[in-house]
Amino acid sequence: MSTPNGNGNGQPRKLRFATAWLGGCSGCHMSFLDLDELLFDLAEHVEVVFGPLTDVKEFPPDVDIALVEGAVTNDDNVELGRAVRANTRVVVSFGDCAVTGNVTSLRNAMGDPDPMVRRVYVEHPDINGAVPTEVVPALLPQAEPLHELIPVDVYMPGCPPSAERIRNVLFRLVESLEAGQGIPAMDWRTPDDLRFG
Amino acid sequence: MSRRASRPSLPVTIDGEEYLAYEGETILDLARRVGVRIPTLCQLDGLSVFGGCRLCVVQTEGDHRLKPACATEVTGDLEVTTSTHEIREHRRRIVELLFAEGNHICAFCVSTGHCELQDLATEHNVDHIHYDYEYPRNTVDASHPKYLLDRDRCVLCTRCVRVCDEFEGAHVWDIAQRGSESRIVAGLDIPWGESESCTWCGKCVLVCPTGALSFKGRSTGEMVHDPEVIAFLSRARREGEWVGRKEQV
Repeated sequence: MSTPNGNGNGQPRKLRFATAWLGGCSGCHMSFLDLDELLFDLAEHVEVVFGPLTDVKEFPPDVDIALVEGAVTNDDNVELGRAVRANTRVVVSFGDCAVTGNVTSLRNAMGDPDPMVRRVYVEHPDINGAVPTEVVPALLPQAEPLHELIPVDVYMPGCPPSAERIRNVLFRLVESLEAGQGIPAMDWRTPDDLRFG
Repeated sequence: MSRRASRPSLPVTIDGEEYLAYEGETILDLARRVGVRIPTLCQLDGLSVFGGCRLCVVQTEGDHRLKPACATEVTGDLEVTTSTHEIREHRRRIVELLFAEGNHICAFCVSTGHCELQDLATEHNVDHIHYDYEYPRNTVDASHPKYLLDRDRCVLCTRCVRVCDEFEGAHVWDIAQRGSESRIVAGLDIPWGESESCTWCGKCVLVCPTGALSFKGRSTGEMVHDPEVIAFLSRARREGEWVGRKEQV
């Protein structure tokens, strides 16, 4: 059976699915892996084209759904966040760091991060005290939620969102996109799907 | 609710249903008595009315202003609407602004899962905050031996101020400064642990709707064991320190 998304060989085109890891602890990705056997069900519908578990360096084009974990806290996050938005139909703010800044934003109340960086890398260590300038991306003045950088389509709070919450939102998205209906309304969510923390 | 001599007599309509209200009853009292949910935050049964958080706003017929249900007494033939789209949006904005003006990191809070602000966010479908966060630089007062004040989590509901004044009679707490500078202070802005009027009763901690006031020793790494207490008990038993000489064992 062919669908509007068909690839011409009779099979419906799988949705292109990505995850991105910005300023977070990867706990949301761990929770995603907690989908366990549902990952097989998901794999029936999506092709994983980018994420910490793929060895792909550049965010690819024409992505249908991207789960973005973490706050925007350094230069790399800005670059990747913008690449995600430019190439993705449905961007999901995935977990509390992306949604609210969360733990990553604890530093914000202290203002300029430079004194903190000096404290950690220069004053505290016993040897080789120096602020790293290579490889490690520069911190932004503040860690911000993802929607401060790019427009976000769906918000999935939680630290981390439980596997059940991820399933509820993700499978609803997949179903809706496969049916050509775009981003579904999120008014069905129960308190289990919405809670911060 | 006080004991009432008379029967309810004032006809009041809430969301299209007619009820009889007592003289002097607030809209919130009546709504709760008849099972209509109006969200609240600063209000707490037993404490005086503050009316500051504005979560409980309702619409009354013939008045375009939203009124706090906790601070508005019913009148006869009052028509109250508790939950239109506009009212719910108004409440949602209040909740979002509370998050934006504090440093509420739910995942990192002693009260997560038991927090009225967190619950209100869920109830009002807050899945993110539309406003810019303020990231205020607040101070934590850990000077009290038993309790902790983290102003990052304070929503200025004044429950602690009221309970300390109205129940304990100690009046340790007040709000200092104004507007966005407002903050809870002990005494005339002294460390809580130095307050001579604090009786250590802990009522302020019990009524706090968020994690702003907490018991020390409840978060990660804070549990302090006291194994020496057994030697103390053993000696007391051996020496008969708590009993008359004749009852020694």
